Amino acid sequence: MKHTTRKASLQVNQNEGLIFEKSSPGKAAWKLPPLDVPEVDTAALLGASERKDLGNMPEVSEIEIIRHFTRMSTWNYAIDLGMYPLGSCTMKYNPRVNEAVARVEGIANGHPYQPEKISQGALYIIKTLSEQLIEITGMDAITLQPAAGAHGEMTGLLMVRAYHESKGNARKKILIPDSAHGTNPATAAMVNYAVENLKSDSRGMVDIAALAAQMNEDVAALMLTNPNTLGVFEQDIHKIADILHAKGGLLYMDGANMNALVGKVRPGDFGVDVMHLNLHKTFSTPHGGGGPGSGPVAIKKALEPFLPTPVLLTKSDGTLGFNYNRPQSVGRVRAFYGNFGMFVRALAYIQANGPDGLRQTTEDAVLNANYIRKGLEGIYDLPYSTPTMHEVVFSDKVQLKKGVRTMDIAKRLIDYGFHPYTTAFPLIVPGALMIEPTESESKEEMDLFVEAMKSIAEEVEEDPQTVLDAPHSTRVSRLDETAAARKPVLRWKPA
Amino acid sequence: MLKAIGLRSVDDLFAPIPAEYRLTRDLNIPRQMAESEIVDFFRQRSRENGDGYTSFLGAGAYFHYRPVIIDSLISRGEFLTAYTPYQAEISQGTLQSIFEFQTMICELTGMEVANASMYDGSTAAAEGVMMAVRLTGRRSVVVARSLHPEYREVLATYATHQGMPLSVAGFNDDGRLNLKELEKAITPETACVLVQSPNFFGTIEDVAAIAEIAHKHGAMLVVSIAEAVSLGIVEPPREADVIAMEAQSFGVPLGFGGPYCGVIATREKYVRQMPGRLVGQTVDKQGRRGFVLTLATREQHIRREKATSNICTNQALVALMVNIFMTVYGKVGLKELAKQNLAKTAYATGQFAKHGKVLFAGTPRFNEFVVETSEDPHAINNRLLGHKMVGGLPLKKFYPELGNAALWCCTELTTRSAIDTAAGLIAESERSVQSSKEEVEEVAR
Repeated sequence: MKHTTRKASLQVNQNEGLIFEKSSPGKAAWKLPPLDVPEVDTAALLGASERKDLGNMPEVSEIEIIRHFTRMSTWNYAIDLGMYPLGSCTMKYNPRVNEAVARVEGIANGHPYQPEKISQGALYIIKTLSEQLIEITGMDAITLQPAAGAHGEMTGLLMVRAYHESKGNARKKILIPDSAHGTNPATAAMVNYAVENLKSDSRGMVDIAALAAQMNEDVAALMLTNPNTLGVFEQDIHKIADILHAKGGLLYMDGANMNALVGKVRPGDFGVDVMHLNLHKTFSTPHGGGGPGSGPVAIKKALEPFLPTPVLLTKSDGTLGFNYNRPQSVGRVRAFYGNFGMFVRALAYIQANGPDGLRQTTEDAVLNANYIRKGLEGIYDLPYSTPTMHEVVFSDKVQLKKGVRTMDIAKRLIDYGFHPYTTAFPLIVPGALMIEPTESESKEEMDLFVEAMKSIAEEVEEDPQTVLDAPHSTRVSRLDETAAARKPVLRWKPA
Repeated sequence: MLKAIGLRSVDDLFAPIPAEYRLTRDLNIPRQMAESEIVDFFRQRSRENGDGYTSFLGAGAYFHYRPVIIDSLISRGEFLTAYTPYQAEISQGTLQSIFEFQTMICELTGMEVANASMYDGSTAAAEGVMMAVRLTGRRSVVVARSLHPEYREVLATYATHQGMPLSVAGFNDDGRLNLKELEKAITPETACVLVQSPNFFGTIEDVAAIAEIAHKHGAMLVVSIAEAVSLGIVEPPREADVIAMEAQSFGVPLGFGGPYCGVIATREKYVRQMPGRLVGQTVDKQGRRGFVLTLATREQHIRREKATSNICTNQALVALMVNIFMTVYGKVGLKELAKQNLAKTAYATGQFAKHGKVLFAGTPRFNEFVVETSEDPHAINNRLLGHKMVGGLPLKKFYPELGNAALWCCTELTTRSAIDTAAGLIAESERSVQSSKEEVEEVAR
């Protein structure tokens, strides 16, 4: 391996088995205070319902637990370590003030059923965030209840269905471009709509002629990601909206890529009727290894009667409360009020940015993506030359001639100290390399990334086997996923 | 950087957006705030949000002690700021931790497989039901009225457009599911029965008897568990086919209702119809043990409209809190913790029963109980607020038939003196209702 990287070097890391393998009777990391009430006879209280044994639960000491999780943590890559250019996932910096304010006592420990008169703080946070998200999206109303983006999609489509039903016909299908996220068709199916695919044109945008031909009174809505998963802004968005609206259909916007628009353009202004946001993407709440997310749904006035219950309201005495009496509501999509802890973090993010900061964040995200595009153009194939917004999609067409695919390049990137980009998505680009730097990256970090990608491209020409066998520097090499799926081992069992 | 790209201004980057839609003004939101101002803002909100109150609320969200190492460990950037572990070679920390989580959930629930977590207990229950619908090929569902009312509402939302008719089975005077009503509600079209145990009133259901009835009719049994700490001392519903759990009690802050941690656990034979992410063990090229996301062919990014669910994120960071909590308490601690909950609740029901009426008294329960008072519980709760205490949840909104009843909860954090104060206020309330009744009777005489 003649190529080296300036970004990273190898370091010893600690081995650590499963916690069950460290357990031994008598070790403990807990201590309860003495009981201030009489002890009870559990057998007498519970009878046959009494549990006698907790099976193979571990018994370990506190330092062992600290080391166990700390050692495991060092095996993870994270934004805190470096650039994480996963396209479509928006891996931006997660500000620590968000974490600090989410842990303030009354915010962290508020019970969802405590009386409204001692919940004014939480309700004010919900109200403020709602108003600011409405302003940012240009929509008329919002629910913060959905727990994640896909959950928001479901909520949005339920409202679409309720809207059409109120007009006497629920309609039959949802149009979805072939470039869409997999959650879009899965959600449509959950809400009992048929899915009809919509082809992209040569620019990677919705084919307007095809849309006009496919649009009819059976179509409830079009689910559109804008900018789409190629990082391309749908320039004909007003025509798309007009075609839908002319036949009574609605325009649903998947807001996964809203970080390319905040402060520059508002979906409510270009014809969107309903959209979801991902607070864990655009609004900087941490991904935490795969959640929690939060997927607010913003809507136009016509859909307002159908919002999930409860809906926040200001009472006659000026205090805040919830309105549960909403006869046309689609119902509840989650117990309580949604992932409130994420609302706190998102609001702190908006406060830290203000209008100018939010605008600049968007500008920087788009600038960064274009800088990377420029750096790698000509080295990797760019299947669509349409202008790039916040992410850029290359393909492995050039490298494939040497038998190297996008996943191999991604794995080699790990050796260079980066997290891979998104591989093999969107589906309309065979062998896609989907790169999203976000606004968080400095020019220096991106230069290292471009250098790494160029170096890998050279390796593909000179020594493809090195790339095919990557990664070389990780604790484990490529893992056998086929074996994992064929004979699933989903839990530890004692030998 | 602009020069490198060959552009003159940042505005050129936004040229693809039609000019008529571009925002030419500032967003109408407050100016940028300094960190100190942001912290002040939220401290102020905290003071307006029940800070410093002792609470007797449960009902699906529980006050338990959170060991401090939970926050120190989940605050490590490598856990906090990582994405879903799609690239297994640089995600072994998250993956191994989820594998341990799945294992411990199996141990505690008595099930064979558990997923990597779901949004929360309510959506997990709905997803558990849809799983049963796929497995049985039947469509209707019988739901216990003693299931958390908001879980029932969520299920109704999910079921409406899937053509899944729901019927409800009521509860007996002992607070448990009415088995005769259940028997009557089940039809050859019933995919599953959904109950909660301990149920919404804190009462432990006779799961074996319910399972027998469901299975006799070829229906599956889905059991929802909202209070995870109960698993330390209450026998898990081993007869269930699917367990849909809310693990908030295991180290997750109440946080005004979320984020929490749902989980689905089931039998191995049903795993391919299970929603959500799963981590499996495998080996690398050198034969070393490692962990990967597996059975992804169930999921939306592969199957699109044919997926088992549209679910994409899980609650990984919250599941990590749960994992650390389970590791800290472990085999012995969880049992001792659960016993303390039981003892506090037994003491409280004893005190409350001296003055008010404790409903469903003879049935085994965990840490919640229903108290009926002569006075509207809202009025008693208002007086309790003056003592910086939040009383039980008035049930009239969800169960009009229970009149002036409220659902109270005690955990290891509830002190004897708080219980005594609350019981004292109930006693006062009963005395004053009694004396005003006597006055009325005297006047009438």
